[in-house]
Amino acid sequence: MQRAILTLRPVARIATSALPLATGLLVAGAPGAYAAGMPQLDFGNPLVIGQVIWGAAIFLVFYLIVSRSALPRVSTVIANRDTQIANDLDIARDAKAAADQAVEELRRARHDAAREAQDNIERVINEARSAAAQQTAAMNARLAREIHEAEARLSEARTKAMGSLRDIAQDAASTMVRQLTGIDADAARLRTHVDAAAGARGH
Amino acid sequence: MPPDVFGRTILAAGTTIDALGQFELHPVLGELGATLRFSQSPALMIVAVVLVLAFLYIGMRPRAVVPGRLQAAAEICHDFIHNMAVDTIGPEGRAFFPFVFTLFFFILAGNYIGLIPFSFAFTSHIAVTLGLAILVFVLAVLVSLKSQGLKFFAHFMPDGAPMALAPLLIPIEILSFLSRPVSLSIRLFANMVAGHVMLEMFAAFTIMLAGLGIAGDVLAVGPVVINIALMALELLVGALQAYVFAILTCIYLREAVAH
Repeated sequence: MQRAILTLRPVARIATSALPLATGLLVAGAPGAYAAGMPQLDFGNPLVIGQVIWGAAIFLVFYLIVSRSALPRVSTVIANRDTQIANDLDIARDAKAAADQAVEELRRARHDAAREAQDNIERVINEARSAAAQQTAAMNARLAREIHEAEARLSEARTKAMGSLRDIAQDAASTMVRQLTGIDADAARLRTHVDAAAGARGH
Repeated sequence: MPPDVFGRTILAAGTTIDALGQFELHPVLGELGATLRFSQSPALMIVAVVLVLAFLYIGMRPRAVVPGRLQAAAEICHDFIHNMAVDTIGPEGRAFFPFVFTLFFFILAGNYIGLIPFSFAFTSHIAVTLGLAILVFVLAVLVSLKSQGLKFFAHFMPDGAPMALAPLLIPIEILSFLSRPVSLSIRLFANMVAGHVMLEMFAAFTIMLAGLGIAGDVLAVGPVVINIALMALELLVGALQAYVFAILTCIYLREAVAH
């Protein structure tokens, strides 16, 4: 055992000087280091191998706890969160779809209402327009009839006036003849002349 | 000088520096520890395991949908290793995720516990790192044999290489395959040893300079400043080496499960 350590010492020295350059120089520059070699290579020390056995046991226990208990615990929390986020996203997506549908219905309702209102306006305007046209037509008809009646009356009055004009003319002529000559003119003859003169003037 | 809690004597060097004494193992719990070969190394392994488990259990206790800080940290650690395992190994990585998680946090906690003054980094012992590396190696070989059968041995002959080169290529491939646990363990071991030796060196410089009078007192500030920077570097190295160990484990397992 002791011999093995002695043979390892030169190896340890080489390993020490193979450390990073600065360290190597410092080690070389330090007179009489206390540890004669690297304690890590002192395999005669039962503690060196002992730590491997202990380390294996500790590592195994660590692995078993980590793989059976600790990591599943973390994974579960992360998986639960992912599920919850996915569910919340689904809910949000559904809510958005419902909102979109409501907006679409609202838009359609507004569109329909606007069209209906437009139709109502047009109908009212058309009704008003036709009513006005009817009124105008009735008024025109009444005016035309009144004009026609007035013309008829005028014509009748005129005819009547024209008829008495000849009598007046005969009277006037008869009076003038009597005043001028002192004799009464023949009524029939006078009438003939008055008719001829009136006819010549178009009355 | 009386021994500390781990049975070590703290060395305040006068004119010499004991850079490697910090790696010595001492039995804890007196006679019982000596009989059971229980040194500060397994004691701190237990501390590391308890700390990691406490972090996970206390962190996840609220089981909140909206996590607090500690729970978020625990979940980030879970997701970080889970993504590493699944992204690197593939869908089969889910089965190895607890193993990679255990490995990563065992090494990370070991590296960081070692940075506490008067503490000890069990990852600075080649026996420990080699044990972990051999565990990974054996696991990878077993998984390979299980998923690929004897075709596993065909990997030692690269595809498309001319047959004439087989006598040269196959030994090289076998050698490179067998060197994996060696490189894996020495990488972690050497990084931790180098960092701790440097910290001890500069700390000892401060003590040595302090013995030189007024000028020494002033100059002694220098190594302290360097040690502060080294501590930051070691925090980085500690995390990085744990990550490297874990990601290489994932890469080896990916090759093992690949058909």
